[in-house]
Amino acid sequence: MTEVAFTASATSGTRTYLTHALPLWRRTLLTHEAMIILSVVVVSIIAAASIPRFATPLTLSYLLLDVTPILLCALPVTLILVSGEIDLSVASAVGFSNVVIGWLFAEGVPIQGAILAGVLSGLLVGLVNGFLVAVLQLPSLAVTIGTLALFRGISIGILGTDSITNFPVELKSLANANVPGTGFPLVMFAVLVAIVLFAVMLHFTPFGRSVYATGQGIDTARFSGVRTVRVKFTLFLLSGLLAGLVGAYYTFRYGSARGDNAAGLELAVIAGVVLGGVSIFGGRGRIVGVVAGVLLIGLVQSVLRFMNYSSDVINIAVGGLLVVSVAVPLAFTAITQTVAHARRKTSTPMRAEESQHRKGK
Amino acid sequence: MFNEESTSSPGMAIALEMTGVTKSFGAVVALRDGELRLRYHSVHALMGENGAGKSTLVKIIAGLYLPDAGTLSLAGNPVSFKTTADAKAAGVAVVYQEPTMLPHLSVTENIFMGRLPTSRSGNVDRKRMRREARALFDRLGVHIDPDRIADGLSIADQQIIEIAKAISMDARVLIMDEPTAALSPEEVRRLFAITRSLRDEGRAILFISHRFEEVWDLCDTVTVMRDGAYVSTSPLAETTERDVVRQMVGRDVDSLYPRGERTHGNTLLKVHELTSLGVFHDIDFEVRAGEIVGLAGLVGAGRSEVARAIFGVDRYDSGTVELDGTPVRRHDPLHAMGLGLGFVPEDRRHQGLILEFGLSRNAALAVRRMLARLGIITDSRENSLARTWLSRLQVKARALDTPAGTLSGGNQQKIVLAKWLAASPRVLIVDEPTRGIDVGTKAEVHQILADLTHAGMGILMISSDLPEVLGMADRVLVMREGRITAELSHEDADAESVMYAATHSEAVKA
Repeated sequence: MTEVAFTASATSGTRTYLTHALPLWRRTLLTHEAMIILSVVVVSIIAAASIPRFATPLTLSYLLLDVTPILLCALPVTLILVSGEIDLSVASAVGFSNVVIGWLFAEGVPIQGAILAGVLSGLLVGLVNGFLVAVLQLPSLAVTIGTLALFRGISIGILGTDSITNFPVELKSLANANVPGTGFPLVMFAVLVAIVLFAVMLHFTPFGRSVYATGQGIDTARFSGVRTVRVKFTLFLLSGLLAGLVGAYYTFRYGSARGDNAAGLELAVIAGVVLGGVSIFGGRGRIVGVVAGVLLIGLVQSVLRFMNYSSDVINIAVGGLLVVSVAVPLAFTAITQTVAHARRKTSTPMRAEESQHRKGK
Repeated sequence: MFNEESTSSPGMAIALEMTGVTKSFGAVVALRDGELRLRYHSVHALMGENGAGKSTLVKIIAGLYLPDAGTLSLAGNPVSFKTTADAKAAGVAVVYQEPTMLPHLSVTENIFMGRLPTSRSGNVDRKRMRREARALFDRLGVHIDPDRIADGLSIADQQIIEIAKAISMDARVLIMDEPTAALSPEEVRRLFAITRSLRDEGRAILFISHRFEEVWDLCDTVTVMRDGAYVSTSPLAETTERDVVRQMVGRDVDSLYPRGERTHGNTLLKVHELTSLGVFHDIDFEVRAGEIVGLAGLVGAGRSEVARAIFGVDRYDSGTVELDGTPVRRHDPLHAMGLGLGFVPEDRRHQGLILEFGLSRNAALAVRRMLARLGIITDSRENSLARTWLSRLQVKARALDTPAGTLSGGNQQKIVLAKWLAASPRVLIVDEPTRGIDVGTKAEVHQILADLTHAGMGILMISSDLPEVLGMADRVLVMREGRITAELSHEDADAESVMYAATHSEAVKA
């Protein structure tokens, strides 16, 4: 069946196609991702050069430890944004997992059981989101703002104003441990594994292609056999699962379980993802950019903290970065389109190019 | 070949004349030698393949592009349009294939947008507007409620409104850019009646279409373009379809409808009493190996809906679909694909392609799972698949990562075909496979479909292009209002019998 003799091609010879329209350097260097990576490098150098005692293993260690929850949440949120949806409830899912672990532990449940329950709690948030967004097809923005408030409320309801801190010391020190003699936290190995897994999933699997297709053109995706409901449901489950794991990490990293833990973390997560070049309209973005975007957020937070600014100022900076990261690509597009329009180029160059092809024959 | 137009409409004054017009975009020349002479009291056809420069020429006349060189004159006076407003003020109006109306405003407001009449008090004079709109529609002999919201109007009605707008501005030159591409035969008939009456009022009309029978039906003169240049202008009475095709393509196109003898094998697709309440009822048919079954009917008869239900994109209420004896699950395209069903949908931009994806990603989308090895899919595997199919189908493109949305309609359609052929289906459903694509590519698509049947594929072809259905199909099924009303063999099917089955009893409404 595959070897059909095509009369049309037999008459006009074979055609050849370039693999890429643009040279390698333009595809890699002139990208959003490259800009963000460059920003991380530049900000690091400036900070190291201008802030005394900034460039130490201790700073690196704290920066990476602080960035870990943001990064782990950002990975599935990236896939959700690429599929054309959004998840604002990640921080509440982290908090919910954290509270469940603390509460069960305080009630006498063994710590392993409490951790498992915490991870499942995160998964529960994902299940609720996935059901409402993928199955009932409700808008994810409204749904996840709702579950953000819902699970935060439940968390505060469970623990009230209590805070549980008597977690096993070994776990606390494990969560904060570095590779001996360096400022490189052990937990980063898990983070690196997660980054690789998500990058492979998004960029090198049929599932990843389905995620992009869902975000770019959901009708075409359906007509191509993509089970879009299943894709979205899976992504929200993944987000819940990672949030549940982060909840456990958070518990031992800070040795505390409180109703308001990780509140507001979604700001840094979304800011990092969008700063990393993921389009809030779906269909675009790469894991490498998100990793750089989150590192940039972490770096800025770290620098400001080092300079003794309050958390309010840090929030202003992160919020500002989020707005800028959304505005800059849109402004860039608007400017290029205006320029193109002024030159009256709009949609014709391609057709014109084709007519040249014909001339060439 | 370059015979001057001389005698087509003797005595009729020249309405618009364009000579030696060129337009380049950077290094790329879109129009080398734009030449056109429209006369009053005339419907003038402009034909050429996609990329021949028709659109560029129209956009220059409409004031969207500034030409680099050449002259344009209206009724003998040289003009230079810097904006679309200049062109409108000079009495040139364009009706596009898909008009852009403001969806939340009324029909009347759309007609008078930008020049709303005001009463003495300075308010918008709604009464006068409505009265004038109604008068315009009466004059055109159509029934459109001037007060309804534009949203939800059919494309045919939107075009009528654009024409009404043009008349209200007293446009002397009316350009119709592929107006019939998305219309049903009945709507086309209405549009042509209106066009003729406008011609009889003395207006000059430029009619762009890929459909020969329409051009021969409506027009009196034809100008052919190829590769961005003028080829010829001749009175239609003095030329033939074959001549025009040769001038458009630059070579002889032997047959638009390749058939050859076909041997039909066993039944591949069997649809039994398929019903989706209110959409289609008791649909029964079979497609055999090596056979093209045409599904004809008016737009809205439920043909695409049946195809979507068979493939599993839409749900249905009862009935069964079998592929080679195996039941196809309801509402599960992936299952249908696994059994060997492919579907080239009607709307290639929104259902067939991911416009921002590169060509190879698009070509590999339907086979993404088969392409993966140990669950991993790589660019190089997608690229080699795409290279094979794009060159077999002669897709004109430079690179494999070119966004699909930047290709011309014909090449986009080939990418959609490539995507499905890569899945090596046993039965392929094609919905309007050649809509809006140029003759050369159209012939290639027909040849591809014919080649596929020789290789034993069964094809279900939905098409509103009657000559295409009659020329290609071994059997023609005709649908009307959700039911199959006729099954005709290739020998028995002709325009009359198909149109009768598609419209008989009171189905036709203007």
